[in-house]
Amino acid sequence: MNSIQPLTSSRRSARLADIPWRAYLLVLPALSLVLLLFGGGLGLAFLQSVGLLGLTSDGSLSLAAYGEALGDSQFWRSLGLSLYIAFTATALSTVLSVGLAMLLQGAGRWASFACQLTLPIPHLVGIAGVLLLLSPSGLIARLLYALGWISSDQDFPLLVNDTANIGVMIHFLWKEIPFMTLILLAVLRSIRPEFAMQARALGANPWQCFWHVTLPLLRPGIISASLIVFGFIFGNFEVPFLLGSTYPKTLPTLVYQAFTNVDLNQRPVAIALGLLLSVISMVLIALYLGLGSGQPCRRSFGGQP
Amino acid sequence: MTRKVALILIIAVLFLPFLPLVVWSVAKGWYFPQLVPQQWTGAHWAAVVAPGSRVLQGFWQSLVVAGLSTALALAVGLPAGRALGLMEFPGKGAIKLVLLLPIIVSPLATLMGIQFVLIRLGLNGTLAGVVLVHLLPTIPYMTLVLSSVYANFDTGYEAQARSLGASPIQVLWRVTLPLVAPGIVVGALFAFLISWNEFLLTFFVGGGQVLTLPMILFTALQGGNTGLTAAIAVTSVIPALIFLLFSSRALHDDAAMGGLGDV
Repeated sequence: MNSIQPLTSSRRSARLADIPWRAYLLVLPALSLVLLLFGGGLGLAFLQSVGLLGLTSDGSLSLAAYGEALGDSQFWRSLGLSLYIAFTATALSTVLSVGLAMLLQGAGRWASFACQLTLPIPHLVGIAGVLLLLSPSGLIARLLYALGWISSDQDFPLLVNDTANIGVMIHFLWKEIPFMTLILLAVLRSIRPEFAMQARALGANPWQCFWHVTLPLLRPGIISASLIVFGFIFGNFEVPFLLGSTYPKTLPTLVYQAFTNVDLNQRPVAIALGLLLSVISMVLIALYLGLGSGQPCRRSFGGQP
Repeated sequence: MTRKVALILIIAVLFLPFLPLVVWSVAKGWYFPQLVPQQWTGAHWAAVVAPGSRVLQGFWQSLVVAGLSTALALAVGLPAGRALGLMEFPGKGAIKLVLLLPIIVSPLATLMGIQFVLIRLGLNGTLAGVVLVHLLPTIPYMTLVLSSVYANFDTGYEAQARSLGASPIQVLWRVTLPLVAPGIVVGALFAFLISWNEFLLTFFVGGGQVLTLPMILFTALQGGNTGLTAAIAVTSVIPALIFLLFSSRALHDDAAMGGLGDV
Protein backbone atom coordinates (compact mmCIF):
# COMPACT_ATOMS: atom_id res chain seq x y z
CA MET A 1 0.00 0.00 0.00
CA ASN A 2 2.70 2.46 0.86
CA SER A 3 5.28 1.25 -1.58
CA ILE A 4 6.63 4.75 -2.06
CA GLN A 5 8.11 6.15 1.09
CA PRO A 6 10.32 9.11 1.75
CA LEU A 7 13.91 7.95 1.81
CA THR A 8 14.65 9.28 5.30
CA SER A 9 11.72 7.50 6.89
CA SER A 10 12.55 4.15 5.35
CA ARG A 11 16.13 4.52 6.41
CA ARG A 12 15.02 5.29 9.94
CA SER A 13 12.64 2.35 10.03
CA ALA A 14 15.39 0.10 8.71
CA ARG A 15 17.65 1.30 11.51
CA LEU A 16 14.89 0.71 14.07
CA ALA A 17 14.27 -2.74 12.66
CA ASP A 18 17.97 -3.52 13.10
CA ILE A 19 17.61 -3.17 16.84
CA PRO A 20 16.67 -6.60 18.23
CA TRP A 21 13.65 -5.33 20.16
CA ARG A 22 12.39 -8.83 20.73
CA ALA A 23 15.52 -9.86 22.59
CA TYR A 24 15.38 -6.78 24.83
CA LEU A 25 11.69 -7.33 25.47
CA LEU A 26 12.33 -10.93 26.52
CA VAL A 27 15.12 -9.91 28.92
CA LEU A 28 13.21 -6.94 30.29
CA PRO A 29 11.16 -8.56 33.11
CA ALA A 30 14.11 -10.42 34.62
CA LEU A 31 16.52 -7.53 34.16
CA SER A 32 14.20 -4.88 35.55
CA LEU A 33 13.37 -6.97 38.62
CA VAL A 34 17.06 -7.55 39.37
CA LEU A 35 17.90 -3.89 38.70
CA LEU A 36 15.01 -2.73 40.87
CA LEU A 37 15.87 -5.02 43.79
CA PHE A 38 19.66 -4.87 43.61
CA GLY A 39 20.20 -1.36 42.24
CA GLY A 40 17.26 0.11 44.14
CA GLY A 41 18.39 -1.56 47.34
CA LEU A 42 21.93 -0.26 46.93
CA GLY A 43 20.66 3.25 46.16
CA LEU A 44 18.42 3.36 49.21
CA ALA A 45 21.22 1.95 51.32
CA PHE A 46 23.52 4.73 50.11
CA LEU A 47 20.95 7.43 50.91
CA GLN A 48 20.58 6.02 54.42
CA SER A 49 24.33 5.76 54.94
CA VAL A 50 24.85 9.46 54.19
CA GLY A 51 21.96 10.52 56.39
CA LEU A 52 19.59 11.69 53.63
CA LEU A 53 17.09 9.00 54.55
CA GLY A 54 16.48 6.97 57.63
CA LEU A 55 14.69 6.31 60.88
CA THR A 56 16.82 8.59 63.01
CA SER A 57 18.19 10.96 60.37
CA ASP A 58 17.29 14.64 60.18
CA GLY A 59 17.64 14.57 56.40
CA SER A 60 20.95 16.41 56.13
CA LEU A 61 24.00 15.07 54.34
CA SER A 62 26.51 13.56 56.72
CA LEU A 63 29.46 11.25 56.35
CA ALA A 64 29.56 10.51 60.07
CA ALA A 65 28.57 6.86 59.54
CA TYR A 66 31.55 6.30 57.23
CA GLY A 67 33.83 8.11 59.65
CA GLU A 68 32.68 5.89 62.47
CA ALA A 69 32.93 2.72 60.36
CA LEU A 70 36.42 3.47 59.01
CA GLY A 71 37.71 5.02 62.22
CA ASP A 72 37.14 1.81 64.15
CA SER A 73 40.34 -0.22 64.24
CA GLN A 74 38.16 -3.34 64.22
CA PHE A 75 37.16 -2.55 60.63
CA TRP A 76 40.67 -3.01 59.27
CA ARG A 77 41.28 -6.20 61.23
CA SER A 78 37.94 -7.56 60.01
CA LEU A 79 38.70 -6.59 56.42
CA GLY A 80 42.03 -8.41 56.70
CA LEU A 81 40.35 -11.50 58.11
CA SER A 82 37.60 -11.53 55.45
CA LEU A 83 40.18 -11.17 52.67
CA TYR A 84 42.37 -13.89 54.18
CA ILE A 85 39.46 -16.34 54.43
CA ALA A 86 38.09 -15.57 50.96
CA PHE A 87 41.46 -15.68 49.17
CA THR A 88 42.74 -18.81 50.90
CA ALA A 89 39.50 -20.78 50.58
CA THR A 90 39.00 -19.75 46.92
CA ALA A 91 42.58 -20.54 45.92
CA LEU A 92 42.53 -23.94 47.62
CA SER A 93 39.09 -24.82 46.19
CA THR A 94 40.18 -23.80 42.69
CA VAL A 95 43.34 -25.92 42.67
CA LEU A 96 41.62 -28.92 44.24
CA SER A 97 38.59 -28.61 41.95
CA VAL A 98 40.75 -28.63 38.82
CA GLY A 99 42.40 -31.77 40.16
CA LEU A 100 39.10 -33.41 41.05
CA ALA A 101 37.56 -32.52 37.69
CA MET A 102 40.53 -34.10 35.88
CA LEU A 103 40.21 -37.15 38.11
CA LEU A 104 36.48 -37.42 37.45
CA GLN A 105 36.69 -36.87 33.72
CA GLY A 106 37.58 -40.46 32.96
CA ALA A 107 35.71 -41.98 35.89
CA GLY A 108 32.22 -43.41 35.81
CA ARG A 109 28.97 -41.54 36.31
CA TRP A 110 28.62 -42.80 39.88
CA ALA A 111 31.77 -40.92 40.89
CA SER A 112 30.79 -37.54 39.44
CA PHE A 113 27.36 -37.98 40.97
CA ALA A 114 28.74 -38.79 44.42
CA CYS A 115 31.17 -35.86 44.29
CA GLN A 116 28.25 -33.49 43.80
CA LEU A 117 26.71 -34.67 47.02
CA THR A 118 27.40 -31.54 49.06
CA LEU A 119 26.22 -29.16 46.32
CA PRO A 120 22.54 -28.91 47.37
CA ILE A 121 23.17 -29.14 51.13
CA PRO A 122 22.37 -25.96 53.13
CA HIS A 123 25.43 -24.23 54.59
CA LEU A 124 23.93 -24.41 58.08
CA VAL A 125 23.73 -28.21 57.84
CA GLY A 126 27.38 -28.31 56.81
CA ILE A 127 28.23 -26.08 59.76
CA ALA A 128 26.40 -28.42 62.14
CA GLY A 129 28.20 -31.41 60.65
CA VAL A 130 31.64 -29.77 60.83
CA LEU A 131 31.01 -28.75 64.46
CA LEU A 132 30.03 -32.28 65.51
CA LEU A 133 32.96 -33.71 63.58
CA LEU A 134 35.85 -31.39 64.43
CA SER A 135 35.08 -29.84 67.82
CA PRO A 136 37.24 -30.98 70.79
CA SER A 137 34.49 -33.44 71.78
CA GLY A 138 33.59 -34.25 68.17
CA LEU A 139 33.61 -37.56 66.36
CA ILE A 140 37.22 -37.33 65.16
CA ALA A 141 38.47 -36.52 68.68
CA ARG A 142 36.52 -39.56 69.96
CA LEU A 143 38.05 -41.72 67.27
CA LEU A 144 41.58 -40.56 68.15
CA TYR A 145 40.83 -41.21 71.83
CA ALA A 146 39.59 -44.70 71.05
CA LEU A 147 42.80 -45.30 69.09
CA GLY A 148 44.79 -44.04 72.07
CA TRP A 149 46.33 -41.10 70.19
CA ILE A 150 44.99 -38.52 72.63
CA SER A 151 44.27 -38.96 76.33
CA SER A 152 41.59 -36.28 76.72
CA ASP A 153 39.63 -33.78 74.64
CA GLN A 154 42.17 -31.16 75.77
CA ASP A 155 44.80 -32.82 73.55
CA PHE A 156 42.76 -32.38 70.40
CA PRO A 157 43.81 -29.33 68.36
CA LEU A 158 41.26 -26.52 68.25
CA LEU A 159 39.75 -26.63 64.75
CA VAL A 160 36.49 -24.72 65.26
CA ASN A 161 36.22 -21.14 66.50
CA ASP A 162 40.04 -21.12 66.22
CA THR A 163 42.14 -18.04 65.43
CA ALA A 164 43.36 -19.53 62.12
CA ASN A 165 39.76 -20.24 61.04
CA ILE A 166 40.63 -23.77 59.97
CA GLY A 167 37.06 -24.96 60.57
CA VAL A 168 35.75 -22.19 58.28
CA MET A 169 38.22 -23.22 55.55
CA ILE A 170 37.30 -26.89 55.87
CA HIS A 171 33.61 -26.07 55.60
CA PHE A 172 34.06 -23.86 52.53
CA LEU A 173 36.29 -26.44 50.82
CA TRP A 174 33.74 -29.16 51.57
CA LYS A 175 30.95 -27.07 50.08
CA GLU A 176 32.63 -25.21 47.22
CA ILE A 177 34.88 -27.89 45.70
CA PRO A 178 31.87 -29.90 44.44
CA PHE A 179 30.32 -26.67 43.07
CA MET A 180 33.44 -25.68 41.15
CA THR A 181 34.09 -29.24 40.03
CA LEU A 182 30.62 -29.48 38.54
CA ILE A 183 31.16 -26.31 36.49
CA LEU A 184 34.67 -27.35 35.45
CA LEU A 185 33.49 -30.84 34.45
CA ALA A 186 30.86 -29.30 32.20
CA VAL A 187 33.57 -27.18 30.56
CA LEU A 188 36.00 -30.12 30.36
CA ARG A 189 33.47 -32.30 28.59
CA SER A 190 32.93 -29.58 26.01
CA ILE A 191 36.63 -29.51 25.10
CA ARG A 192 37.23 -31.61 22.02
CA PRO A 193 39.45 -34.58 22.89
CA GLU A 194 41.24 -34.14 19.55
CA PHE A 195 43.33 -31.28 20.98
CA ALA A 196 44.81 -33.46 23.69
CA MET A 197 45.26 -36.38 21.30
CA GLN A 198 47.03 -34.12 18.84
CA ALA A 199 49.34 -32.82 21.57
CA ARG A 200 50.13 -36.35 22.72
CA ALA A 201 50.71 -37.46 19.12
CA LEU A 202 53.21 -34.61 18.74
CA GLY A 203 55.13 -35.92 21.74
CA ALA A 204 53.80 -33.95 24.72
CA ASN A 205 53.86 -35.83 28.01
CA PRO A 206 50.63 -35.92 30.06
CA TRP A 207 51.78 -33.02 32.24
CA GLN A 208 52.67 -30.83 29.24
CA CYS A 209 49.39 -31.79 27.66
CA PHE A 210 47.51 -30.68 30.80
CA TRP A 211 49.53 -27.50 31.30
CA HIS A 212 49.65 -26.26 27.69
CA VAL A 213 46.39 -27.61 26.24
CA THR A 214 43.74 -28.47 28.81
CA LEU A 215 44.39 -25.74 31.38
CA PRO A 216 44.27 -22.81 28.91
CA LEU A 217 41.01 -24.19 27.52
CA LEU A 218 39.65 -24.51 31.07
CA ARG A 219 40.63 -20.95 31.97
CA PRO A 220 37.29 -19.21 31.28
CA GLY A 221 35.50 -21.81 33.38
CA ILE A 222 38.05 -21.47 36.18
CA ILE A 223 37.69 -17.68 36.17
CA SER A 224 33.87 -17.74 36.32
CA ALA A 225 33.71 -20.44 38.96
CA SER A 226 36.35 -18.92 41.23
CA LEU A 227 34.72 -15.51 40.85
CA ILE A 228 31.37 -16.80 42.08
CA VAL A 229 33.03 -18.68 44.94
CA PHE A 230 35.20 -15.72 46.01
CA GLY A 231 32.27 -13.31 46.00
CA PHE A 232 30.17 -15.75 47.96
CA ILE A 233 32.76 -16.52 50.64
CA PHE A 234 33.74 -12.86 51.05
CA GLY A 235 30.13 -11.90 51.78
CA ASN A 236 29.12 -14.98 53.76
CA PHE A 237 27.91 -14.36 57.28
CA GLU A 238 26.79 -17.58 58.93
CA VAL A 239 29.86 -19.77 58.34
CA PRO A 240 32.51 -17.54 59.99
CA PHE A 241 29.93 -16.41 62.56
CA LEU A 242 29.31 -19.96 63.79
CA LEU A 243 32.60 -21.70 62.94
CA GLY A 244 35.16 -18.90 62.91
CA SER A 245 37.33 -17.04 65.37
CA THR A 246 35.55 -14.97 68.00
CA TYR A 247 38.06 -12.15 67.53
CA PRO A 248 38.65 -10.62 65.05
CA LYS A 249 35.29 -10.99 63.33
CA THR A 250 34.65 -10.96 59.60
CA LEU A 251 33.15 -7.87 57.92
CA PRO A 252 29.66 -9.37 57.49
CA THR A 253 29.62 -10.16 61.22
CA LEU A 254 30.48 -6.52 61.98
CA VAL A 255 27.55 -5.46 59.78
CA TYR A 256 25.27 -7.89 61.62
CA GLN A 257 26.35 -6.55 65.00
CA ALA A 258 25.74 -2.94 64.04
CA PHE A 259 22.43 -3.92 62.39
CA THR A 260 21.09 -5.72 65.46
CA ASN A 261 22.35 -3.06 67.88
CA VAL A 262 19.54 -1.68 70.04
CA ASP A 263 20.91 1.82 69.41
CA LEU A 264 19.17 2.85 66.18
CA ASN A 265 21.93 5.39 65.55
CA GLN A 266 24.12 2.40 64.72
CA ARG A 267 21.91 1.58 61.71
CA PRO A 268 23.64 4.05 59.32
CA VAL A 269 26.99 2.61 60.45
CA ALA A 270 25.75 -0.90 59.63
CA ILE A 271 24.67 0.28 56.19
CA ALA A 272 27.94 2.13 55.58
CA LEU A 273 29.84 -1.04 56.51
CA GLY A 274 27.62 -3.09 54.20
CA LEU A 275 28.21 -0.68 51.33
CA LEU A 276 31.97 -0.72 51.92
CA LEU A 277 31.76 -4.52 51.78
CA SER A 278 29.87 -4.36 48.46
CA VAL A 279 32.27 -1.81 46.97
CA ILE A 280 35.33 -3.80 48.04
CA SER A 281 33.98 -6.99 46.49
CA MET A 282 33.05 -5.18 43.26
CA VAL A 283 36.53 -3.63 43.00
CA LEU A 284 38.20 -7.00 43.66
CA ILE A 285 35.99 -8.68 41.07
CA ALA A 286 36.74 -5.99 38.49
CA LEU A 287 40.48 -6.31 39.20
CA TYR A 288 40.28 -10.07 38.90
CA LEU A 289 38.39 -9.90 35.62
CA GLY A 290 40.80 -7.28 34.29
CA LEU A 291 43.81 -9.40 35.19
CA GLY A 292 42.18 -12.70 34.33
CA SER A 293 40.77 -12.52 30.86
CA GLY A 294 39.53 -9.10 29.88
CA GLN A 295 36.48 -10.65 28.29
CA PRO A 296 34.47 -12.13 31.10
CA CYS A 297 31.06 -11.96 29.58
CA ARG A 298 31.85 -13.01 26.04
CA ARG A 299 30.63 -16.50 25.25
CA SER A 300 34.04 -18.04 25.08
CA PHE A 301 35.20 -21.20 23.47
CA GLY A 302 35.92 -23.04 26.69
CA GLY A 303 32.57 -22.12 28.16
CA GLN A 304 30.53 -23.50 25.30
CA PRO A 305 28.42 -26.24 26.87
CA MET B 1 43.08 -48.40 40.20
CA THR B 2 44.77 -45.67 42.26
CA ARG B 3 42.33 -43.26 40.68
CA LYS B 4 39.42 -45.31 41.93
CA VAL B 5 40.85 -45.52 45.47
CA ALA B 6 41.49 -41.76 45.50
CA LEU B 7 37.93 -41.08 44.36
CA ILE B 8 36.42 -43.38 46.98
CA LEU B 9 38.49 -41.64 49.68
CA ILE B 10 37.36 -38.20 48.49
CA ILE B 11 33.73 -39.28 48.44
CA ALA B 12 34.09 -40.76 51.94
CA VAL B 13 35.44 -37.43 53.23
CA LEU B 14 32.54 -35.57 51.57
CA PHE B 15 30.10 -37.91 53.36
CA LEU B 16 31.85 -37.61 56.72
CA PRO B 17 30.05 -34.55 58.20
CA PHE B 18 26.69 -36.30 57.76
CA LEU B 19 27.72 -39.20 59.98
CA PRO B 20 27.67 -37.41 63.38
CA LEU B 21 24.47 -35.56 62.35
CA VAL B 22 22.55 -38.77 61.71
CA VAL B 23 23.89 -40.48 64.85
CA TRP B 24 23.27 -37.47 67.10
CA SER B 25 19.67 -37.20 65.90
CA VAL B 26 18.88 -40.58 67.54
CA ALA B 27 21.42 -40.53 70.39
CA LYS B 28 20.71 -39.92 74.06
CA GLY B 29 23.42 -38.23 76.12
CA TRP B 30 26.32 -39.10 73.81
CA TYR B 31 29.22 -37.91 75.99
CA PHE B 32 32.92 -37.75 75.19
CA PRO B 33 34.77 -40.12 74.81
CA GLN B 34 32.03 -42.60 73.80
CA LEU B 35 32.61 -43.54 70.19
CA VAL B 36 29.11 -44.98 69.89
CA PRO B 37 26.15 -43.71 71.95
CA GLN B 38 25.27 -45.93 74.91
CA GLN B 39 21.56 -45.10 74.67
CA TRP B 40 19.30 -44.36 71.75
CA THR B 41 16.18 -42.24 71.62
CA GLY B 42 13.47 -41.17 69.21
CA ALA B 43 12.69 -38.06 71.29
CA HIS B 44 14.44 -35.60 68.96
CA TRP B 45 12.49 -36.82 65.96
CA ALA B 46 9.27 -36.90 67.98
CA ALA B 47 9.89 -33.22 68.80
CA VAL B 48 10.45 -32.44 65.13
CA VAL B 49 7.25 -34.06 63.86
CA ALA B 50 5.03 -33.15 66.84
CA PRO B 51 1.91 -31.32 65.58
CA GLY B 52 2.49 -27.59 65.59
CA SER B 53 6.22 -27.88 66.25
CA ARG B 54 8.38 -24.94 65.20
CA VAL B 55 10.34 -27.21 62.91
CA LEU B 56 7.25 -28.35 61.02
CA GLN B 57 6.03 -24.76 60.73
CA GLY B 58 9.46 -23.78 59.45
CA PHE B 59 9.33 -26.61 56.95
CA TRP B 60 6.03 -25.33 55.51
CA GLN B 61 7.18 -21.70 55.50
CA SER B 62 10.32 -22.72 53.64
CA LEU B 63 8.24 -24.71 51.19
CA VAL B 64 5.92 -21.76 50.47
CA VAL B 65 8.75 -19.22 50.14
CA ALA B 66 10.87 -21.46 47.92
CA GLY B 67 7.88 -22.53 45.81
CA LEU B 68 6.70 -18.98 45.18
CA SER B 69 10.12 -17.51 44.45
CA THR B 70 10.90 -20.40 42.09
CA ALA B 71 7.63 -19.87 40.20
CA LEU B 72 8.26 -16.12 39.88
CA ALA B 73 11.88 -16.65 38.84
CA LEU B 74 10.75 -19.18 36.25
CA ALA B 75 8.17 -16.76 34.83
CA VAL B 76 10.79 -14.06 34.13
CA GLY B 77 13.71 -16.45 33.61
CA LEU B 78 12.17 -18.38 30.71
CA PRO B 79 11.95 -15.43 28.29
CA ALA B 80 15.25 -13.95 29.46
CA GLY B 81 16.98 -17.31 29.16
CA ARG B 82 15.73 -17.65 25.62
CA ALA B 83 17.03 -14.25 24.60
CA LEU B 84 20.42 -14.78 26.25
CA GLY B 85 20.78 -18.32 24.96
CA LEU B 86 19.58 -17.96 21.39
CA MET B 87 19.96 -14.36 20.31
CA GLU B 88 22.90 -12.08 19.72
CA PHE B 89 22.36 -8.45 20.59
CA PRO B 90 24.42 -5.48 21.75
CA GLY B 91 24.73 -5.27 25.52
CA LYS B 92 24.28 -9.01 26.07
CA GLY B 93 27.53 -9.29 28.01
CA ALA B 94 26.61 -6.33 30.19
CA ILE B 95 23.19 -7.81 30.90
CA LYS B 96 24.80 -11.10 31.94
CA LEU B 97 27.13 -9.21 34.25
CA VAL B 98 24.23 -7.29 35.83
CA LEU B 99 22.41 -10.59 36.40
CA LEU B 100 25.55 -11.96 38.00
CA LEU B 101 26.07 -9.07 40.43
CA PRO B 102 23.48 -10.20 43.02
CA ILE B 103 25.18 -13.60 43.10
CA ILE B 104 28.73 -12.41 43.63
CA VAL B 105 28.37 -9.14 45.52
CA SER B 106 27.51 -9.27 49.22
CA PRO B 107 23.77 -8.60 49.57
CA LEU B 108 24.01 -6.98 53.02
CA ALA B 109 23.82 -3.32 51.98
CA THR B 110 21.14 -4.07 49.36
CA LEU B 111 19.09 -5.89 51.99
CA MET B 112 19.17 -2.97 54.40
CA GLY B 113 18.12 -0.67 51.56
CA ILE B 114 15.24 -2.93 50.53
CA GLN B 115 14.19 -3.34 54.14
CA PHE B 116 13.67 0.43 54.38
CA VAL B 117 11.03 0.21 51.62
CA LEU B 118 9.51 -3.00 52.96
CA ILE B 119 8.95 -1.33 56.33
CA ARG B 120 7.16 1.59 54.61
CA LEU B 121 5.04 -0.86 52.60
CA GLY B 122 4.25 -2.93 55.67
CA LEU B 123 5.96 -5.93 54.05
CA ASN B 124 8.86 -6.27 56.48
CA GLY B 125 8.53 -9.55 58.35
CA THR B 126 5.96 -10.94 55.90
CA LEU B 127 6.14 -13.90 53.57
CA ALA B 128 5.64 -11.59 50.57
CA GLY B 129 8.65 -9.49 51.53
CA VAL B 130 10.83 -12.58 51.99
CA VAL B 131 9.71 -14.04 48.63
CA LEU B 132 10.53 -10.74 46.92
CA VAL B 133 14.03 -10.66 48.38
CA HIS B 134 14.61 -14.32 47.51
CA LEU B 135 14.23 -13.29 43.86
CA LEU B 136 17.67 -11.63 44.13
CA PRO B 137 19.59 -14.90 43.86
CA THR B 138 16.92 -17.08 42.20
CA ILE B 139 16.33 -14.96 39.08
CA PRO B 140 20.04 -14.80 38.12
CA TYR B 141 20.66 -18.52 38.67
CA MET B 142 17.46 -19.48 36.86
CA THR B 143 18.21 -17.19 33.91
CA LEU B 144 21.81 -18.35 33.53
CA VAL B 145 20.86 -22.04 33.70
CA LEU B 146 18.00 -21.55 31.22
CA SER B 147 20.14 -19.48 28.83
CA SER B 148 22.50 -22.40 28.62
CA VAL B 149 19.59 -24.80 28.09
CA TYR B 150 18.31 -22.63 25.24
CA ALA B 151 21.80 -22.36 23.72
CA ASN B 152 21.47 -26.07 22.90
CA PHE B 153 17.93 -25.70 21.57
CA ASP B 154 17.34 -26.05 17.85
CA THR B 155 14.87 -23.41 16.67
CA GLY B 156 14.36 -25.45 13.49
CA TYR B 157 11.65 -27.42 15.29
CA GLU B 158 9.69 -24.23 15.89
CA ALA B 159 10.09 -23.10 12.30
CA GLN B 160 8.91 -26.52 11.13
CA ALA B 161 5.81 -26.38 13.36
CA ARG B 162 4.99 -22.85 12.21
CA SER B 163 5.35 -23.79 8.56
CA LEU B 164 2.90 -26.63 9.18
CA GLY B 165 0.38 -24.06 10.41
CA ALA B 166 0.75 -24.10 14.19
CA SER B 167 -0.17 -20.92 16.04
CA PRO B 168 2.49 -19.25 18.23
CA ILE B 169 0.77 -20.61 21.34
CA GLN B 170 0.65 -24.10 19.89
CA VAL B 171 4.33 -23.86 19.01
CA LEU B 172 5.21 -22.77 22.54
CA TRP B 173 3.00 -25.35 24.24
CA ARG B 174 3.51 -28.39 22.03
CA VAL B 175 7.02 -27.89 20.64
CA THR B 176 9.22 -25.50 22.62
CA LEU B 177 8.22 -26.29 26.20
CA PRO B 178 8.36 -30.09 25.85
CA LEU B 179 11.83 -29.78 24.30
CA VAL B 180 13.28 -27.53 27.02
CA ALA B 181 11.35 -29.24 29.86
CA PRO B 182 14.31 -31.22 31.27
CA GLY B 183 16.38 -28.04 31.47
CA ILE B 184 13.47 -26.21 33.09
CA VAL B 185 13.23 -28.92 35.74
CA VAL B 186 16.91 -28.54 36.60
CA GLY B 187 16.67 -24.74 36.67
CA ALA B 188 13.57 -24.87 38.87
CA LEU B 189 15.10 -27.39 41.29
CA PHE B 190 18.23 -25.27 41.44
CA ALA B 191 16.28 -22.08 42.22
CA PHE B 192 14.11 -23.92 44.74
CA LEU B 193 17.17 -25.18 46.61
CA ILE B 194 18.84 -21.77 46.60
CA SER B 195 15.74 -20.29 48.19
CA TRP B 196 15.30 -23.27 50.54
CA ASN B 197 18.89 -23.00 51.79
CA GLU B 198 18.89 -19.22 52.05
CA PHE B 199 19.56 -17.90 55.52
CA LEU B 200 20.90 -14.36 55.36
CA LEU B 201 18.16 -12.83 53.18
CA THR B 202 15.37 -14.24 55.36
CA PHE B 203 17.24 -13.22 58.48
CA PHE B 204 17.45 -9.55 57.43
CA VAL B 205 13.95 -8.96 56.05
CA GLY B 206 12.03 -11.68 57.92
CA GLY B 207 12.04 -9.51 61.04
CA GLY B 208 12.11 -12.62 63.24
CA GLN B 209 8.57 -13.42 62.10
CA VAL B 210 9.18 -15.44 58.95
CA LEU B 211 10.87 -18.47 60.48
CA THR B 212 11.96 -20.66 57.62
CA LEU B 213 13.81 -23.88 58.35
CA PRO B 214 17.30 -22.28 58.12
CA MET B 215 16.20 -19.70 60.71
CA ILE B 216 15.08 -22.50 63.06
CA LEU B 217 18.36 -24.34 62.48
CA PHE B 218 20.41 -21.18 63.11
CA THR B 219 18.64 -20.65 66.43
CA ALA B 220 19.09 -24.31 67.36
CA LEU B 221 22.81 -24.14 66.51
CA GLN B 222 23.27 -21.36 69.05
CA GLY B 223 21.36 -23.31 71.71
CA GLY B 224 22.55 -26.37 73.57
CA ASN B 225 20.32 -29.23 72.39
CA THR B 226 22.67 -31.12 70.05
CA GLY B 227 20.26 -34.00 69.37
CA LEU B 228 17.42 -31.73 68.29
CA THR B 229 19.81 -29.57 66.22
CA ALA B 230 20.99 -32.68 64.40
CA ALA B 231 17.41 -33.79 63.72
CA ILE B 232 16.55 -30.33 62.32
CA ALA B 233 19.69 -30.42 60.16
CA VAL B 234 18.75 -33.82 58.75
CA THR B 235 15.21 -32.52 58.06
CA SER B 236 16.70 -29.58 56.13
CA VAL B 237 18.43 -31.97 53.77
CA ILE B 238 15.25 -33.68 52.52
CA PRO B 239 14.69 -31.43 49.46
CA ALA B 240 18.37 -31.70 48.60
CA LEU B 241 18.04 -35.49 48.48
CA ILE B 242 15.00 -35.20 46.22
CA PHE B 243 17.02 -32.81 44.06
CA LEU B 244 19.86 -35.31 43.78
CA LEU B 245 17.44 -38.08 42.82
CA PHE B 246 15.82 -35.99 40.10
CA SER B 247 18.96 -34.41 38.83
CA SER B 248 21.22 -37.45 38.77
CA ARG B 249 20.43 -37.70 35.09
CA ALA B 250 19.90 -34.05 34.31
CA LEU B 251 23.03 -32.76 36.06
CA HIS B 252 25.01 -35.07 33.89
CA ASP B 253 23.53 -33.27 30.94
CA ASP B 254 26.11 -30.51 30.99
CA ALA B 255 23.92 -28.07 29.14
CA ALA B 256 22.34 -26.88 32.37
CA MET B 257 25.44 -26.38 34.50
CA GLY B 258 27.57 -25.09 31.63
CA GLY B 259 25.68 -21.83 32.01
CA LEU B 260 27.55 -21.06 35.21
CA GLY B 261 30.94 -21.79 33.67
CA ASP B 262 30.32 -19.16 31.08
CA VAL B 263 29.44 -16.06 33.05
